[in-house]
Parts: sequence; C-alpha cells; structure tokens
Amino acid sequence: MIGYLIQRLLTVAGILVVMSLLVFGITQVMPGSVAHMILGEFATNDQIAALEQTLGLNDPWHVQYWRWASGFLVGDFGQSLTMQRPIAPLILDALGRSAALAGLSFGFVAVIGLWLGILGAVKAGRFTDHALAIGQYFFIAVPEFFWCIVLIMLFATTLGWLPATGYAPMSDGFWRWLSHMVLPVGTLVTGLIAHVSRLTRSAMLEVLQSTYVSAARAKGLPERTVLWRHALPNALLPAITVLAVDVGILFGGIVVVEVVFAYPGLGRMIVYAIENKDLPLMQAGVLIVTAIYTMANLVADLLYAWANPRIRYGRSVA
Amino acid sequence: MSGAPASPPTSPAANGTANGAANGALRRRRLPRQLVIGGTIVGAIVLLAILAPWIAPYSYDAFDIPNRLKGPSAANWLGTDEFGRDVLSRVMVGAGLSLSMGFGATAISLAFGVPLGLMAAYFRGLAEEAIMRTIDVLISVPPIMLGLLVLAVSDPSLWKTMLAVGIIYVPIMTRLSRSVALGLMEEEFIQAARARGAGARWILFHELLPNAWPPIIVESSLRVTFAILLASALSFLGLGPQPPSSDWGLMIAEARQFLDDAPWIAMGPGIALCVLLIGINLVGDGLREVLDPRLKKRGAA
Repeated sequence: MIGYLIQRLLTVAGILVVMSLLVFGITQVMPGSVAHMILGEFATNDQIAALEQTLGLNDPWHVQYWRWASGFLVGDFGQSLTMQRPIAPLILDALGRSAALAGLSFGFVAVIGLWLGILGAVKAGRFTDHALAIGQYFFIAVPEFFWCIVLIMLFATTLGWLPATGYAPMSDGFWRWLSHMVLPVGTLVTGLIAHVSRLTRSAMLEVLQSTYVSAARAKGLPERTVLWRHALPNALLPAITVLAVDVGILFGGIVVVEVVFAYPGLGRMIVYAIENKDLPLMQAGVLIVTAIYTMANLVADLLYAWANPRIRYGRSVA
Repeated sequence: MSGAPASPPTSPAANGTANGAANGALRRRRLPRQLVIGGTIVGAIVLLAILAPWIAPYSYDAFDIPNRLKGPSAANWLGTDEFGRDVLSRVMVGAGLSLSMGFGATAISLAFGVPLGLMAAYFRGLAEEAIMRTIDVLISVPPIMLGLLVLAVSDPSLWKTMLAVGIIYVPIMTRLSRSVALGLMEEEFIQAARARGAGARWILFHELLPNAWPPIIVESSLRVTFAILLASALSFLGLGPQPPSSDWGLMIAEARQFLDDAPWIAMGPGIALCVLLIGINLVGDGLREVLDPRLKKRGAA
C-alpha cells in the first residue's frame, strides 16, 4: 500500500508539472503580448518595449517559466492584470466559497444518490423502481445551465421564496447564507444524484444476484444484514469510480452555476479572467483547479484500492 | 460508465462455436424498446434540423422589432425574442448546431482515441507507455477547464468548440479501445494472423478494429450526450458559436435577461435540448442491451 501511495503521488507531481507547462505555453501562443494588454490599444511601441523589458518578457521561455513556476511554489501567483492586485488572496477567497458549494453538493450526492440507488435495487421491478428510473432519465438529461434557470423562475421569480442570484457570507447570518446556497446546490445535485443512483442500482443488483448473497440469505441472516454488511460494501466499489468521474462533472457544473447565480467562486473568476484576457489570473485559476481535481482523483484511487482487496494485496506484493 | 472497465470482448471464434449463432439470430428479431423510442426522437430532431431551411416558418435571424418579446401565438408557436425573431425557427436551426457539435466532437475523439488505443495495445512497450502517460495527463484536467483553455487561446466559434470537446474525450476513447484490444490480443484469431505473418497495419485495422467495435459504440453513444452537454455549456458561457447564431446554449444565455417578461425564449431551446438528450440516452441504453455481452447473459435483470 505504501509503495502504491508513493507511486501515485509521483504520478500526481508529474501531471502537475506537465500541466503547468501546458498552461504556461498558452501565454506563449496567445495572440498579442501581455504588455500590450496592460497598456491598452494606444500604447506606443517604445512604451511596450520598455514594459516588456521590466516584466522580463524578452527572456527565453524557460527563464520565464521558472520565474512563474517557482513563484507558484511559494504561494506567489503574480498580479492580476485587470484587478491590479496579488492573485493568491483573490483565488484563496474564491476557492473557499467554491469549496463550500462543492462540498455541500458532493455530500448530498453521495448520501442521497447511494440511498436512492439501493432503494431502486431492493424494489427492483416495482413501482418505486420505475418511478426512480423515470426521474433518473429526466434529470440526467437536463443541462445545469437550463435547470438553474428553471429553478430561478420557479423559486425566485414566481414564488419569491429564495433570492435569484448573489451570495451572502456566513457573517451576515446563517439563514441568509443558506438561502443563497439552496438554488446553486439544488442545481448541482439533481443530475449527479440521478447519475450516481442509477449506477449504484445496477451495481447493487449485480451483487444481490451473486452466490455469496444467496449463501448469506440461506444461512438465515436478516435481510438488513445481508444488504448492508454483505451486498453494499461490494456494490460500493463501482460507485466510488462513478463518484470520481462525477467530481469532473461537478467542476463543470460549478463553473456554470457560479456564472448564472453570480456566485463569487473560482469558476466564475476563471471565466472572468478568460473574458478579460487576464492571463496570470487564468493560469493560476486553471492550475489550482487541476491540482484539486488530480487530488480528488488520487483520493478516489486510494479509496478504491483500500476497498478492493485485489488491488490492496496485488500492488503491495509487486 | 466511462470509469467501468470494458466488458470482456467476445471473439467471433468463441461466439460461433457455442450458442452464438442461434443467440444472435434471436437477438436481432426484436429491438429493445428504448432503442425504438430513442431512435424515433433523435431521428425526428435530425430530420427537423436537416429540413429547417425549408420548413422553418421564418428565418432564424430575421428581425421583427414591433413583435418583440411576444408570447406563443398562432403566428409564432414558441413566441418571439428580444429582436422579434421567431423562437421556433431559431430552435429548429439550432438543432443542427447542437447535433453537429455533439456528433462531430464524438467523431473527433473516436478518430484519435481508437487508433491510439489499438496501437498502445498492439505495440506495448515504449509506444504504450508514451501514449498512456500522455493520456494520464490529459485526463487529469477537468473537462471544462480543458475546454476553457483551448477556447481562451483564440476567438470562439462552432468549429473550435467541437474540436475542444472532441479532444477532451480522446483519453476516454483511448483507454477504452486499449483495454478492449488488450483482451482481443489474447484471442486465437489474432495469434493466427500473426502466425501467418500478417503486418501490423493489417492486424490493427482488419482484425482488431472490427472486433473491438461493440463496446466502443456503446461508449460513443454515451459520449454524444456528454459532448452535447459540454459543448452547449461552453456555448452558454459565450465560448461557442457567436450571435446571431441560434445555438441552443447561446440562446438560453441570451434569454436570461428576459426571464421575468419572456420566459418562453429560454423554454424553447431548453426543452428541445432536454428532449434530444433523453432521446440519445435511450438510444445508448438500447444499443448497450443489444451489444453488451454481459447484459445479454444476465437477461432482463
């Protein structure tokens, strides 16, 4: 297990190095120079040349890369071009708010998704199962950016129960904060719950038909024990893989949801950076998101290895 | 789903000897219900998209300012938008854009991913290492970030969105076709081909590819859904086709300003998108039932 962990951590480090090169490379191929963007359209060539000199834009690319990447390692992400402020604190704040959104959503998805999946498998072929299946079909197909508009029209415009957009910090009071979280989280979770529950159901069904479940039943164990102690742990394996894939979908959803609900998170900041050609901000944002995503995948892999004896023992021997 | 390992591929040899022939004939007789319903939905939308230039009641970009923001009526079945453009006509023309982005992106991911995966499985060694490690990196970027990055470099357009989404799904196709091909490499018919001295190209494209299709087709049908979702999300964020295009994602983005007064502008493309995605999902499930050997054995569980 330790060997496996080290191997995986090295892979993650490698991936991040390659990604940083890729993200940095974008600056090099992007049309127009950074100096040009800072100074605006009416800058003279002399001004641009002077600024390029001070910013070190004439250095060879590997010198520039090293300057950028080494700053990154010590938490100096550079200056935002449009906001004229250091990027690190900007991103840190936004990241915290995005994490609240993601964490809340992921918790709901894991708990409700698994539960509905088990329910569907236990009631297979009956009314509950059919109703769930129809719901899953529908909610998997609704894109987040349309679903949040529907929710806004329903709960904000028509019923007036919740604020349509915006964000309130916890310091404004818990209920105010919560009221701003309901619709974004609600948008994010529906599709993913449908996805997770559908796959949990089929994994669970497969396990329930296996011989060892029959054996457990034949032994006279109560159905509840069979379900939770014998069937569920094995059905969880594929569910973990699915949850890991869903982290990627969740990231995409968060970007859209933050933009629509004007939620000041990292996703909206990256879209802002792209729209305004704020390169340093975009680079930092994309790299941070990639790092988090890679970590999330690592955690999923480790969970999978931990839950799957075949990997747990197979790899540690090798 | 994509994370699940490919189903154990059935070789023609194994299939033919046992009950494969009889089973196959039985299977072909009746198509799964999902496939029929989904196929009808998708077929109808494809037909609408193709015929849109002739049967759409108005031009998708014809302004009619006096009739702006009008609700659904006999003249404009789905109402009009902020410029008085007919929402129904725009939705019909937009269908073609969503379909071409979804299917185009999937075709791109197949065109790159399948050969790469087959080659990785066939050549092993250094080539496999190089291909799979590159794939590991690509797959570690959240899909939307890769899309945003690609589109940040240049001015957005339909082609670039399609290309970006296609590239995003190359790793999944590579991994899948590699694992399918790895299974096939053990089969006797590949070893026979090698023994008769068949070249690499022959084995890759005449032996491996035809037998690797079923799981790849099932995965592709799933990918089309995700591709349409991602492409329309990017286009919703302003990183796809540009106005006055009537791409559904873009239409919904533009409709946001008028939600209070004219919700129908968003409803038309939104509901159309949902129906299309449900249709494609149904087709995917139906295809899986027909093609996935594991599901066949388990029956109607």
